[in-house]
Amino acid sequence: MGDTDPIVQLRNVSKSYHRGNLVVPVLNNITFEIANGEFLALMGPSGSGKSTLLNLIAGIDKVDSGSVEIGGIDITVMSETDLAHWRAANVGFIFQFYNLMPVLTAYENVELPLTLTGISRRQRREHVELALKVVNLSHRMDHYPGQLSGGEQQRVAIARAVVTDPTILVADEPTGDLDRQSAEEIMDLIDGLNRQLRKTIIMVTHDPRAAKKAHVIRHLDKGVLDDTHPQDTL
Amino acid sequence: MIHILKILFRNTFRHKLRTGLTVLGICIAVLAFGLLRTVITTWYMGVEASSANRLWTRNAISLMFSLPIAYQEKIRQVEGVKFVSHASWFGGIYIDEKNFFAQFAVEPATYMEAYSEYYIPPEQKAALLRDRKGAVAGRKLAARYGWKIGDVITLKGTIYPGTWEFVLRAISRGTRRDADETVFSFHWDYLNETLKKTAPARADQVGAFIVVVKNPDTAADVASRIDKMFKNSLAETLTETEKAFVLGFISMSQAIITVIQLVSFAVIAIILAVVANTMSMTARERRSEHATLKTLGFGGFRIATLIFGESLVITMAGCALGIALTFPVAQVFGKVMGQYFPSFNVTGETIWLDFITSILVGLLAAVIPTWQAIRMPVAEGLRRIG
Ligand SMILES: Nc1ncnc2c1ncn2[C@@H]1O[C@H](COP(=O)(O)OP(=O)(O)OP(=O)(O)O)[C@@H](O)[C@H]1O
Ligand SMILES: [Mg+2]
Repeated sequence: MGDTDPIVQLRNVSKSYHRGNLVVPVLNNITFEIANGEFLALMGPSGSGKSTLLNLIAGIDKVDSGSVEIGGIDITVMSETDLAHWRAANVGFIFQFYNLMPVLTAYENVELPLTLTGISRRQRREHVELALKVVNLSHRMDHYPGQLSGGEQQRVAIARAVVTDPTILVADEPTGDLDRQSAEEIMDLIDGLNRQLRKTIIMVTHDPRAAKKAHVIRHLDKGVLDDTHPQDTL
Repeated sequence: MIHILKILFRNTFRHKLRTGLTVLGICIAVLAFGLLRTVITTWYMGVEASSANRLWTRNAISLMFSLPIAYQEKIRQVEGVKFVSHASWFGGIYIDEKNFFAQFAVEPATYMEAYSEYYIPPEQKAALLRDRKGAVAGRKLAARYGWKIGDVITLKGTIYPGTWEFVLRAISRGTRRDADETVFSFHWDYLNETLKKTAPARADQVGAFIVVVKNPDTAADVASRIDKMFKNSLAETLTETEKAFVLGFISMSQAIITVIQLVSFAVIAIILAVVANTMSMTARERRSEHATLKTLGFGGFRIATLIFGESLVITMAGCALGIALTFPVAQVFGKVMGQYFPSFNVTGETIWLDFITSILVGLLAAVIPTWQAIRMPVAEGLRRIG
């Protein structure tokens, strides 16, 4: 696979939810791709299906039809167990509400995804310390999430997302719960992951400031994608 | 896996009050279950203790009716019989009606031989046989009322009116753990001689004969031979093994035993509901945490370990506390209720039952929450609801 090949490739993806007898179509025949090393922002009105699309790419939801290929592998045909293993190795998650384990320290939270890999305790320690250094939280690693601010918790979550060195990073409104100052810090961090570590990032956001950091912005409305570039929105 | 255990233990103590109350509930349930079981096992202990080479011959009509003493000699001559003793329920009151204990008028020489699993020091044995008013008490009974050898013990008769005086000549000790050491026995001769003067019609009668057979294997044959002999006589007999005889006693209380058994099952059912409720509350609260773990690639087995583990930690903590409390409480219970229960001992079997039941409750309580957590689609679990 060359550098120019897309890392994410969606073909004719459709998805709807059932509410009782009612069928709610969410995504309608979506086809698009994301290049390796890309930083993409997904925008659109509430309920337009942004989270749904992100979840399909990240392998935590199932398509009704179509295919989702990540790094050349079609994840729509995988079993639940294979998909779990695949996620552990290939996807880093950043959530709006951080989703840290409250009973684990910052260090232990970052270490958590590594416990599913076979690497030694010493190697784990190196990885975790490095990841915490990237998010500039080495001095808080023994603190529990409850002892950290929202911005700090999100930084721990980012360290957890990158510690396994995943193929893609997905972020669903990573600044949605933060004040402007913290949001900016988080966006600088995410931007840095893309620039310095060359991570492919797919980010859902409502915040135009956050979206500005992305290379590409795509709008989702009523289940259909139309593309716009940052310069167009300015 | 060690990380899952770490999360599991810390999760257990997140809601200290809820966990504490659940543990307390299990502890009380285990305690109640243990005590109820002990009541039942104690009840049946008499059956276990009864010997296979002893037969009891009583009036065929009912235990309330007596048999003529003259039968003793006739039974002795039945093939397979080693020797014959007898015992009559006295039912006297010691100072106050609430001081209940079993009292028998017996033929001491043969009675002591028939019940050789009880030990009486030789000099006390001799003193008992010498004194017509002599009596023997079980060790526990003597301890309960502070009796010493030589004490005069006065009983007020109910079946046999009057005031009866006895001199304690011997204290017996059971050589087996399940021995009943709360029985009071005295010379039937003393009772009979008095009756001859006061109520001649009731003299020369005994409650039941204790027939010791030469070979336990022939006990059934001996029993039918005895009963056949007295067929169509004035007082027909019913002979059964001591085990059956004691069981007959117990079956009168069978209804109570059944109720106790039902209650102990109800206790288990209630505590299962309590633990299941705690676990489903817990799992519902941690829905998004479970979804997060699944997102990170944690599989069903690890999620199950998390929920089952917490359930087991809680139930086993309660179980351990409950078992630890069962012994002292049973001891107090045994002291207070000593007159009804000859030996109130918590058996190993009861502790095993406590243990196994608790494990089952812990496992069962986690089944539905685990199933729900595993089945929940990840994307769904991550959605914020309300
Ligand atoms: N599990 C579900 N069951 C039923 N309907 C669902 C489910 N998940 C999502 N939907 C519906 O699908 C549509 C798209 O939801 P989605 O969460 O993807 O929107 P979104 O663009 O992320 O919105 P927001 O900006 O508010 O987060 C909504 O109408 C939502 O109600
Ligand atoms: Mg959303």
